[in-house]
Amino acid sequence: MNPIVTVIDYGVGNLLSVTRAFTYCGAEVILTDDPSIIRDAARLVLPGVGAFADGMFSLQQRKLVDVIQLFAKTERPLLGICLGMQMLMDSSEEFGFHQGLGLISGKVIEIPKVGQNGVPHKIPHIGWNLLQKPVHQPDWQDSLLTGVTLGSASYFVHSFMAMPDKQQHRFADTNYNGQIIPAVIRSGNIYGCQFHPEKSGEVGLQIIKNFLML
Amino acid sequence: MGDPQVFATQYYQAGADELLYIDSVASLYQRNNLHDIVRRTVEHIFIPVTAGGGIRSVEDVRQLLRVGADKVAINTAAIHHPQLITEVSRTFGSQCMVLSIQAKQIGKEHWEAYTDGGREHSGKDVVEWAKTAEKLGAGEILLTSIDKEGTRTGFDIELVKAVATSVSIPVIASGGMGNMGHLFDVIKQGTADAVAMASVLHYKSCNFPMIRQAAIAENVPVRHLRMDSSS
Repeated sequence: MNPIVTVIDYGVGNLLSVTRAFTYCGAEVILTDDPSIIRDAARLVLPGVGAFADGMFSLQQRKLVDVIQLFAKTERPLLGICLGMQMLMDSSEEFGFHQGLGLISGKVIEIPKVGQNGVPHKIPHIGWNLLQKPVHQPDWQDSLLTGVTLGSASYFVHSFMAMPDKQQHRFADTNYNGQIIPAVIRSGNIYGCQFHPEKSGEVGLQIIKNFLML
Repeated sequence: MGDPQVFATQYYQAGADELLYIDSVASLYQRNNLHDIVRRTVEHIFIPVTAGGGIRSVEDVRQLLRVGADKVAINTAAIHHPQLITEVSRTFGSQCMVLSIQAKQIGKEHWEAYTDGGREHSGKDVVEWAKTAEKLGAGEILLTSIDKEGTRTGFDIELVKAVATSVSIPVIASGGMGNMGHLFDVIKQGTADAVAMASVLHYKSCNFPMIRQAAIAENVPVRHLRMDSSS
């Protein structure tokens, strides 16, 4: 039987590529904003592009905030992608202060406009960048990143970054002109990807397959 | 040339970082069949896809995103109605709104933006237009030199540098690539953030493994792919 993945369709952004990528990797995809289906999902994906406040507002309107929070407690796999990852955090500073889902403690902050070398760099951070391990060297075995080699490139497009309070929640980083940006965050079976696995070629497809095996 | 679907799949598998579908004369002929091509080609392609040519409205953009494009490149309609940049960027996010500029040199360090596949004047200075578009919400600039396009004699380095150093959004250099040296010139001297290439690939003068190997040797950041270490 094909693994079933439930993708939350809350009116933010285009879900076609996410759906296609999961289908390509052998999953049966359910696109829904129905709270009861989401509550009972085997594994859940929270996608999203755009502004943090709009995303949270759309979840609230559909009465999905509690549902996602309850789902996360079940330890079934949850994957937030891009804005979906950022919404896992406590709060965001994007256009004011906004409350997030609070599943991983920390906040969403602007990517500093100057790299660590002191040279201003382009914001948004758009393009392919390499995955590396944070200083505490988390083990990628039996995780979302199983089989992903250090230095694999994935596709980023974002102006803000999710910064966990606890080092242990950082699972992979990327380096943008000396600025370290969390690329994957993790707390148990809750994962967030700042990059787009559905747009990251073979590496991204590997990550999607891994998520279906969690 | 052949079926875009075949090219798209080949380039994706060979390690292209992004695909651009540009129907460069769409505005001229007022046609808009791009979304049929995009729909057919992107199904099994898991890298970003930008589509452009003849886009005139937010609705045109919506249709392209719906069939699988991630971003749209707009030139002519943005020049005639600059507020379209803001509308697209507000509706779908600035990451989606690529401003396409067709630049023609009209004097020393002076370029004019052209419309309709490089056929019509706009009177707009390229550098000023790029800055305005950034303020209006463009997320990237696809910068094509009309003078260089199709010549395979190298990019217009001065043009790319003038634009890339005037805006803080990424600039993709396009038009003129004939060999690998041209690629590194436009990145190092022109400070391009990315490079678009077409005929040099279509006619197989360059291929992706060659480009990646040379880039690594030149210290230009590129993706490392499994196929590189195995080849």
